[in-house]
Amino acid sequence: MSVSGPAFYSATVLDHFENPRNVGDVPGSAAVATVENMDCGDRVRLSLRINDSGIILEARFRTFGCVAAIAASSMTTEMVVGLDLESAVALTDLQVAAALGGLPPSKVHCSVLAERVIRKAIENFRFVTGRSGEEERQ
Amino acid sequence: MTPIYMDHHATTPVAPEVVQAMLPYFTMEFGNPASSTHSFGQRAAQDVERAREVVAGILGARAREVLFTSGATESNNLALRGVAEEALERRGSAHLVTCAIEHKSILDTVEDLQRRGVAVTILPTDEHGFVAPEAVKQALRSDTCLVSIQMANSEIGTVQAVATIGKLCGEAHVPLHTDAVQALGRIPVDVQRLGVRLLSLSAHKVYGPKGVGALYCHRRVRLREQMTGGRQERGRRSGTLNVPGIIGLASALQRAAADREPEMIRQAALRDALWVGIRERIPDVMRNGASDGLPNNLNVSFRHVEGEALLMAVKKFALSSGSACTSDQPQGSYVIRALGRSREDAHSSIRFGLGCGNTLQHVEQLVEDLAAAVKRLRALAPVEPPLPATATPAPVRR
Repeated sequence: MSVSGPAFYSATVLDHFENPRNVGDVPGSAAVATVENMDCGDRVRLSLRINDSGIILEARFRTFGCVAAIAASSMTTEMVVGLDLESAVALTDLQVAAALGGLPPSKVHCSVLAERVIRKAIENFRFVTGRSGEEERQ
Repeated sequence: MTPIYMDHHATTPVAPEVVQAMLPYFTMEFGNPASSTHSFGQRAAQDVERAREVVAGILGARAREVLFTSGATESNNLALRGVAEEALERRGSAHLVTCAIEHKSILDTVEDLQRRGVAVTILPTDEHGFVAPEAVKQALRSDTCLVSIQMANSEIGTVQAVATIGKLCGEAHVPLHTDAVQALGRIPVDVQRLGVRLLSLSAHKVYGPKGVGALYCHRRVRLREQMTGGRQERGRRSGTLNVPGIIGLASALQRAAADREPEMIRQAALRDALWVGIRERIPDVMRNGASDGLPNNLNVSFRHVEGEALLMAVKKFALSSGSACTSDQPQGSYVIRALGRSREDAHSSIRFGLGCGNTLQHVEQLVEDLAAAVKRLRALAPVEPPLPATATPAPVRR
């Protein structure tokens, strides 16, 4: 039941756990979603600020979850800023895990939430605003 | 920096005097107790029998009723399989009764026996982890060959009414087995007073070495051997005896028996100080288990904080959690869940296991660290209630 020490997690994971980036909520965002891992109960909320050109300008998270879930959420908020919606939707849990310097095999499922929450937030944004994020760039 | 160890339900350090007692048996007194033809073997046999008398004396048993094993997992397997297989063969059917919060070495063994044709009743517990003795009585059948109820739980410290259950089982002529691993050295363990016919114990939970334990088995209980070979331990457990381990086990039990009472009063005071400190400093916490449980145990759910994250945020301490993300149990600790707690409460639970090395200073430092860590992690958590997986936010057209 005990958690292994620093060797279990990469230095990047521990850094994001101890100093999480972009905690909070983007006020009044239409691009907001909460997803939950029905197996273990982890829960992540992500909110985005998206400009008229469909570029993500800001991302904020709130997470109830383990070290890996918090670090993956934090890393995700850093990775999506500057991306257009198509690229953000294409971001995978494996890319998030790789950016974190890898996750222990038993923890890979924790980064899946990050992938799901981005898709869900953008899906919600498109549904609410009727914008695909495509047409603006043309 | 070495963290402060507060996970004594998992294991304990070997006490220096126990190490000293063991050392000669690695080099000078290395004989095999089965080698009766020379003095090396004879002395080893003599010392093992002395150790057996010590262990039996502490348990209130006879020396011939104590057999040495590789630890409590083996003792539990031998007790359950040994009795059930014997009954199955002699009577054609066998039924076991146990409870939902037993150690996995009981529950997984019971599950395996079930696949092999043994009938099984797994009793629930109440919200504090207690098994009702009356429920045990009602579960008994004409073919019940064994009841196995732990003395104390390793996660929540709840101490079962084993003596009452033992009396009921005795009246029904059904042997009672108890896993006393967590109880030993913490609360009185006497096989006569408990009315148990079998009892499992382990050395490494009481400041002894890993890899050695014992099974007390009443002289009239028939046990099918699980290890065949050189017919050591009266044929009930073959295998060359782990002489240094057995000496260490006896030495550790002796040490534990000598200062149990004052030490447990001290640890209970630390445990109470820890709980009072947590409750005063941290809102929205809940204690899991009974308040009159093991003196060295405290189990707390810190709501809205995931257990593993909290463990990593109080790095100065070595603790453990019932969190799903640390235990490979997707639903969180099965023990906490058996109390009727939610998955999230199981996910948020931390186990504190106090031991001889812990001080009030440790407890005070821990309360400070927990308060800061819980505050930080709660600030990260989404405050809304969990959404069902399929829910979509209500559409708002601008």
